[in-house]
Amino acid sequence: MSETTALHVERAGPLALLQDAGRFGVRRLGVTQGGPADLHAWAWANALLGNGWGAPVLEIALGGGLTLVAEDDSTLALAGADLSATLDGEPLAPWRSFSLRAGQCLAFAAPRAGLRAYLAAPGGFQAEPVLGSVASVVREELGGLDGYGHALEAGDRLEFVAARRTLREVPVDQRLDYPGMPWLALIPGAQVGDFPGESLYRAFNQTWRVDERADRMGVRLAGAPLACAIDGMISEGIALGAVQVPPDGQPIVLLNDRQTIGGYPRLGALTPLACSRLAQCAPGQAVRFVAQSRERAQREHRRFLASLAEGAPFSRGG
Amino acid sequence: MTEGLPRLESAGLDAWLVRLFASIDEANMPWITALMRDCEVAFGAALIDLVPSYTTVLVHYDVMCLDGREARDRLAGVLRGLAPDGEGALGEVKELPVWYDASVGPELERLQAASGMEREAVVAAHGEPEYRVFALGFAPGFAFLGRLAEALVLPRLDTPRKRVPAGSVGVANRQTSAYPRVSPGGWNLIGRTSARLFDRRREGFSLLRVGDRVRFVAVGRDEFERLGGDVSPLVERDAGKP
Repeated sequence: MSETTALHVERAGPLALLQDAGRFGVRRLGVTQGGPADLHAWAWANALLGNGWGAPVLEIALGGGLTLVAEDDSTLALAGADLSATLDGEPLAPWRSFSLRAGQCLAFAAPRAGLRAYLAAPGGFQAEPVLGSVASVVREELGGLDGYGHALEAGDRLEFVAARRTLREVPVDQRLDYPGMPWLALIPGAQVGDFPGESLYRAFNQTWRVDERADRMGVRLAGAPLACAIDGMISEGIALGAVQVPPDGQPIVLLNDRQTIGGYPRLGALTPLACSRLAQCAPGQAVRFVAQSRERAQREHRRFLASLAEGAPFSRGG
Repeated sequence: MTEGLPRLESAGLDAWLVRLFASIDEANMPWITALMRDCEVAFGAALIDLVPSYTTVLVHYDVMCLDGREARDRLAGVLRGLAPDGEGALGEVKELPVWYDASVGPELERLQAASGMEREAVVAAHGEPEYRVFALGFAPGFAFLGRLAEALVLPRLDTPRKRVPAGSVGVANRQTSAYPRVSPGGWNLIGRTSARLFDRRREGFSLLRVGDRVRFVAVGRDEFERLGGDVSPLVERDAGKP
């Protein structure tokens, strides 16, 4: 079976975006990186189907009534947040692949744990790359189904090649505990010495709250403010996860849709896995920073990528 | 060069920031462009992205191909052999036709008042220098150009506009730029260019690249329209709102 089929979008939720690994090689032109806010869950959604790295997946934020109807039988996979997904009204748990029959209705309601779920299809959902990627960046009008970065809308068709795959689930020890308080691994950066000792102590020893101002560009954290000896710098390239501290002393963690350059001093950068975890935090969630060496972060990241390659065990269910 | 520079700074799990200079200078840019090219060669397929800007280059590499130390060693090698790009590598000066007019550049008058110069003198002072592209950012194809003549220095608007039309040419502090497409923006607008600054269908996508030399060329309304420029006046939809 290798015919193109589709999920028909009967109702669109608040924000469902097609995301491949991101848009690379063009940041020098001011084009943002994009890609999945939660790399961990996105990668597992693909791994459950045996997809190669970078296959386009649907990133579903909040759920909010997104309703998809299958045109043909196929296997799909769901990872990440628990958005109260149902298949023809029956609860559908994340972190596993599942069978979908023609005419069945896949719906997402309210978040129960985490904010973003990842829905993968065999070989990935199909779209024409723009600047080398299908990653949807609404602000820049790039990527997605129509090439102009739009979020999914009612009436859209998510095309893919229908295929039957063995049903699998993500090993329990690889799933993240979204309701728990995350310890976000932070690799200290070059300006860390410009923060006075008291502020550095505070950065790593107080509980921060995720602010209302949190999106795919960045997540603002609220707490006792941090002081820095420098209040501005000449703008320079900003890496994923950079923790910048503007003059108000409230850190902002910069995520996938961040601007390419910026001029605030930085504590350092969260690891990609810590960014993934933060992207699942709702406003009000308590988080802590924990300093991590670059070497250890690299070991953990490589271990994560290796666990994906080893694949997921077969599901007990049918 | 400043003491302690160039320097390699950790920028997370899979990136190093190469800091070459301590201050903004047109003369930095041939070093920045040379560093980018040498990084492409030294990293090959292990290179994920490069972000050049004023004084630095962020080097993002594939953590499955290289570990942090290996990447650092490659960069150290690049820096040892680094020589600035010569005039021959700079290419042509790119010209941006601009219609300077208060209907599309509402801060033209503010600039006249601040500089004490007549309109013609302001236009001449903006169009006279050969600018350098220091960085692209804020939006695809938005180039930060410098440096603007001292006489034309104005701070950003206190309240940014929610909607700046595509092609709008603006100034802020010692820099000037043009907006590739409609976006919010806080620069002082003095005219509009007919140049297409970003085009997804064009090879290379962006008209301007870091290190490019750029000149603004004043054109009249008729010529601007003939070049495809949009003469519709800027409408302040939300004037006075933050």
